[in-house]
Amino acid sequence: MAIDIDTARKVAKLARIRVEEADLPKLADQLSGILGFMEELNEVDVEGVEPMTSVTPMRLKRRADVVTDGNIQAEVLKNAPDAREGFFAVPKVVE
Amino acid sequence: MSAPMTSANSWTIAAARDALRKGEISAVDLTMSCLTAIDAGDGLNAFVYKTPEIALEQARAADARIAESRKSGGEAPAMCGIPLGIKDLFCTKGVPSQAASNILKGFRPEYESTVTSKLFGAGAVMLGKLNMDEFAMGSSNETSCYGNAVSPWRRKGANVQLTPGGSSGGSAAAVAADLCLAATGTDTGGSIRQPAAFTGIVGIKPTYGRVSRWGIVAFASSLDQAGPMTKSVRDAAIMLQAMAGHDPKDSTSADIPVPDFEAALTGDIRGKVIGIPKEYRMDGMPEEIEALWAKGVAMLRDAGAEVRDISLPHTKYALPAYYVIAPAEASSNLARYDGVRYGHRAKLAQGDGITEMYEKTRAEGFGPEVQRRVMVGTYVLSAGFYDAYYNRARKVRALIKRDFETAFAEGVDAILTPATPSAAFGLGEMADADPVKMYLNDVFTVTVNLAGLPGISVPVGLDAQGLPLGLQLIGRPWEEGALLNYAHVLESRAGFVAKAEKWW
Repeated sequence: MAIDIDTARKVAKLARIRVEEADLPKLADQLSGILGFMEELNEVDVEGVEPMTSVTPMRLKRRADVVTDGNIQAEVLKNAPDAREGFFAVPKVVE
Repeated sequence: MSAPMTSANSWTIAAARDALRKGEISAVDLTMSCLTAIDAGDGLNAFVYKTPEIALEQARAADARIAESRKSGGEAPAMCGIPLGIKDLFCTKGVPSQAASNILKGFRPEYESTVTSKLFGAGAVMLGKLNMDEFAMGSSNETSCYGNAVSPWRRKGANVQLTPGGSSGGSAAAVAADLCLAATGTDTGGSIRQPAAFTGIVGIKPTYGRVSRWGIVAFASSLDQAGPMTKSVRDAAIMLQAMAGHDPKDSTSADIPVPDFEAALTGDIRGKVIGIPKEYRMDGMPEEIEALWAKGVAMLRDAGAEVRDISLPHTKYALPAYYVIAPAEASSNLARYDGVRYGHRAKLAQGDGITEMYEKTRAEGFGPEVQRRVMVGTYVLSAGFYDAYYNRARKVRALIKRDFETAFAEGVDAILTPATPSAAFGLGEMADADPVKMYLNDVFTVTVNLAGLPGISVPVGLDAQGLPLGLQLIGRPWEEGALLNYAHVLESRAGFVAKAEKWW
C-alpha cells in the first residue's frame, strides 16, 4: 500500500518526530517501499495460526510483593536535562 | 606452555587464561598491550570511549585475585584478567552509554547491566565502549552518531574502506584487529553473526532467554540477545559461560542451569544429523558463497556427521515479518526517549509546549534510519493496520518457528547455512540503495532470532578478493554446548588463520 504525504505526516505526528514539510515526500516514498516489502506476507496462509507472543513458552515468574529498591532520588534525577527541587521539569502542560 | 612471542593483545582468551594462571603474564601487562593497540587503532574508530583507568584498576584487582587463588590452591575464574571491549548498547555504571545515538548524549548510567556486572564479577577488564549502529539498527555500522567503524580488512591490492558489518561493527573490528581479546555484542536480526562473518571472527547469539537483557538498551525485546564475539569457538564457549544465567531482573531470562560449554567441545560429532535447508539457496547467490557452503558440508560429513537436505518452507517470509515486528517493538521501546528523564532535550522556542519538546527532541536526537523504523513501527501498530501487518507478521513468525521445530523433531541436530549473502562491502557503497537492500544482509540470520534459536558464525574461508567468509550453524534451543561443538569441528577443519594486514 502506498503511503501518501498526508499519511506520512500523520505517522510522524503519532511517532512524535518533527518532519519538515519538504522532507515528507521522500519519507512517504521510503515508507511505501518498506511497506511494499511487507506485502509479501499476504501470500502466506495463516488461517488458524495463533500470533506468537513469546518465543519460548514460559510462565512469567512471580516474586514476593516487597520493596526491593528505592530511596535513590538523586540517582534517578542525575541524568535529567532539567531537574528542579527533586522533580523532572518540563514545559507547562496545562494552562 | 611458554608465553607466545606474539604480542599479548593478539592472544585468545583460552591462551591468556592459561598464561595468567601460570603467572607467565600479569593482567596489567596484558591490559597494557591492548591499551597500546587501541591507541594505535584510532583509524578503525572501533573504540568510541576509552576507559584506561578503569581497565588498569580492574587488571590490578585481577592480578591480586589470581595470586590469591594460586596461594590457596584454587583457580581464578576463566575470565579473570581478560581485557574486553563492551558494545555501547550495554549500560556501564558511570561510563557513557549512548547506543551510538545523539539522543543519549551525555548519559552516564547509574547502574551496571547484568551481563557486564557478571563479566566484571568474574574479573574481566573493561577497555572501553565500542562503536555500533544507532540503537543497533543497521548492518554496516554507518548509522552510528560516532561515524563509521572501519574493518581492518581490505580487498587485495585496494585501499577502499570496508564495513565491519553491523550492528556490532565496533566489536567485530576491535576483535579482528586485536585491540582486545574479545568483545560483547548483541543480535536482534544478525548483529553478532554478520559482523563476525565480515571480519573473520566467531560470534554466537544464544537461545532467547539464555542471557539477561537487563541494562542493555532495548531495540526489539522479543528478538534481542547478547553474546560474545571472539577469536575462537573455545573463547566463545568460555565467555558465554560467564555471560549466561538466570536473572530475576529480566522476566524473560530462563531459570535453567547453564552447562559447562567448554567441556562440550569434544570434537566428536559422529552420527549427528546436520540439515541443509534448500530455501537458503538464494537466486543470484555468489558462487563463492555456494562453494564455501559445500566445503562446510564436506567438512562436517568428513567428521562423521550425517548431512541431510531439509526444507524450511517459510524462510522467504522471515525478512518481511522481521521488518514488521522489530520496528513495532522499537517504536514502543524508543518512546522513552522524550527529553524528560535522560539524554538530549531540544532547545525550545518561545511558546513551545510539551508536544513540541517531544517532537523537536526526537527529530534532533534520532538519526534517519532510527526515525524511519520508529515511524514504520508506529504505522504497523496504528488503528486499522494492527491486524493487517503486526498480527499477520506474528502469525508468520509462529510458522517460521514451526519449520525449525519440524526439522528438529525429524532428527536434525543442527542446521548449516551461509552467514551472509556476500563478503563485506565498501563503506558508502549502499548509501544510494533503498533501505530494503540493506535489510537483505540479514537474510540468513534473521530466521534464527524470530525462532529464538542459538546461532553461531564461524570463519571458514576467504573470497577471491581476500575477504573473510563465514558459515552459520543453527542449533536446538538451549543446546549451545552441542552447537559450539559443531562449530569447533568446522573451525578446526577449516583451519582459518588469516589476519587482516595492518594498515591502521
